[in-house]
Amino acid sequence: MGFQFGAVLVFAVVAILFALVALLIGAIVRPRFPDADKVSIYECGERPIGSAWYNFNPRFYLIALVFIIFEVDIALTFPVVVVYSEWTKQGNGWVALTELVLFTVILIIGLVWAWAHGDLEWVKKLSVVEGNPGRIPLPSREASLPGKPAESARIEPAMAEGATDRPPKG
Amino acid sequence: MNAPEIHAILKAKFGDAVGALSEEKVDAFIMVKSDAIVDLCRFARDDGDLAFDYCEDITGIDWPARNCIEVVYHLYSLQHRHAVVLKVETDRARPSVPTVEGVWKAANWLEREVFDMLGVDFVGHSDMRRILLPDDWEGNPLRKDYQEAGGYHGVDNTRVNPLERLTKKVEEVRKAMAAAAPPPPSPAAAVPTQASSAAAPTAAAPMAPPTTAPVTPAATTEKKE
Amino acid sequence: MSITRIVHSGPGPGVLLTNTSMVDDLINLARKNSIHYLLFGLACCGIELMQTGGPRADLDRFAAVFRASPRQADLMIVAGTLTYKMAERTRLLYDQMAEPKYVLSMGSCANGGGLFQFSYSVVKGVDKIIPVDVYVPGCPPRPEALTEGLMRIQDIIMSERWWQEKRRPQTGAK
Repeated sequence: MGFQFGAVLVFAVVAILFALVALLIGAIVRPRFPDADKVSIYECGERPIGSAWYNFNPRFYLIALVFIIFEVDIALTFPVVVVYSEWTKQGNGWVALTELVLFTVILIIGLVWAWAHGDLEWVKKLSVVEGNPGRIPLPSREASLPGKPAESARIEPAMAEGATDRPPKG
Repeated sequence: MNAPEIHAILKAKFGDAVGALSEEKVDAFIMVKSDAIVDLCRFARDDGDLAFDYCEDITGIDWPARNCIEVVYHLYSLQHRHAVVLKVETDRARPSVPTVEGVWKAANWLEREVFDMLGVDFVGHSDMRRILLPDDWEGNPLRKDYQEAGGYHGVDNTRVNPLERLTKKVEEVRKAMAAAAPPPPSPAAAVPTQASSAAAPTAAAPMAPPTTAPVTPAATTEKKE
Repeated sequence: MSITRIVHSGPGPGVLLTNTSMVDDLINLARKNSIHYLLFGLACCGIELMQTGGPRADLDRFAAVFRASPRQADLMIVAGTLTYKMAERTRLLYDQMAEPKYVLSMGSCANGGGLFQFSYSVVKGVDKIIPVDVYVPGCPPRPEALTEGLMRIQDIIMSERWWQEKRRPQTGAK
């Protein structure tokens, strides 16, 4: 059985060497004249201001964390699935099922808590801005609908009153 | 609504601050005093009959003979589809007009352009700086008495006539070739090439790369230090 | 092997190829058939540059594709009017290209200021900023003219010698 993997090893080595040799030839042949301007950060011709490193939004971390937890859950479920038929033959099928369900339920409780806590929201706390940004009065929709009783003459603008599409403050 | 009617409405509301309507023409303009321009613009935007909700353009004209700079406002109404032109005169030595940025947001950049090109300071503007030219440019180009500074950041603004430049370079290369050893006799096919290429630089477009010498030395002399 | 030959690839004077060895020829052949040009369309010539890259007069048949980043480009086609404000960015972009790099000045504005040469804000020719290898006249140059300009760049590439002398970095006017 070991000899069958010899071919795979050769394949892998040749593939790696192929890339490395191509890079090596390039490194030998190409010119190398580094210069202060040449190695400066590319910003479409502008001189860069400040640092390129910025604060990373932790919501990615939260989503990835939840994913990892349930990924581990699935990974640990697979062996149970494999040996489940043997356990059933021994009469311990219910034990296995209970343990598995208990394991999953504990994790789901954690997920429900995180969900209810609002930790899985991608955008948090959309605040409403006061004032009316639009100036052109919108035509009344009630007037154009046939047969609709005019309960209120209030015009319903497309966006919520005072909301803008700017990013929320804070 | 046409220009005389708009003029009548504005005159009724603002009285003395609104001057006379210009003569009958396509873009008849209304002279407005500079301290009344902001209120007038706000009224023009908010009034139901006028409803000038679109500030098309703000530009300027330099009149050295009259010693003034006129700031011109082109307003348009998207609802009623009529337009009007307002003009504000300001002194040429220290031009200054209150900003209408609070009335139309578009005036932000339009007034920056007038500041850049004519040097008119808009009082109350949130971001009064150059918009088209580089920030450290000196002078206001659209003024009639603008003189170029002779370059910017070391790049000068003259260019030698390329025909003169090429003729000089051809002479230099010819001298260098005559001083160096003459080339070995080339086959007959090359002779008409040499003759035509010698004649070509003087007659052809000046932008063709010189080919009478090996490419590398001519190319390096072509580069500017 | 030192061969002196005159190559004609169209009307006009031929280009002299000198002293390139077989290794040089091989390397240069690979380089000239994969020129990546920096997408540097500044004005109307930029539209014509795009069309030259389009299907009718295809620059892609020379395997010349546009790259938006100077790090990945070896030819800078300055297509359009250069203003003083843009000149500094142009200089930095040229500096950020890796050797070996070439510059093709496309159109009258890049050659010498062109139609707008009397303006206060126009640089009278891109060779005041960076060294130019090939000038292509026109307003705008037809795609065929720009293609010939590219082929002249290819001739320059073919005449380079690698093992004796590598293309040195050039300093242009600032």
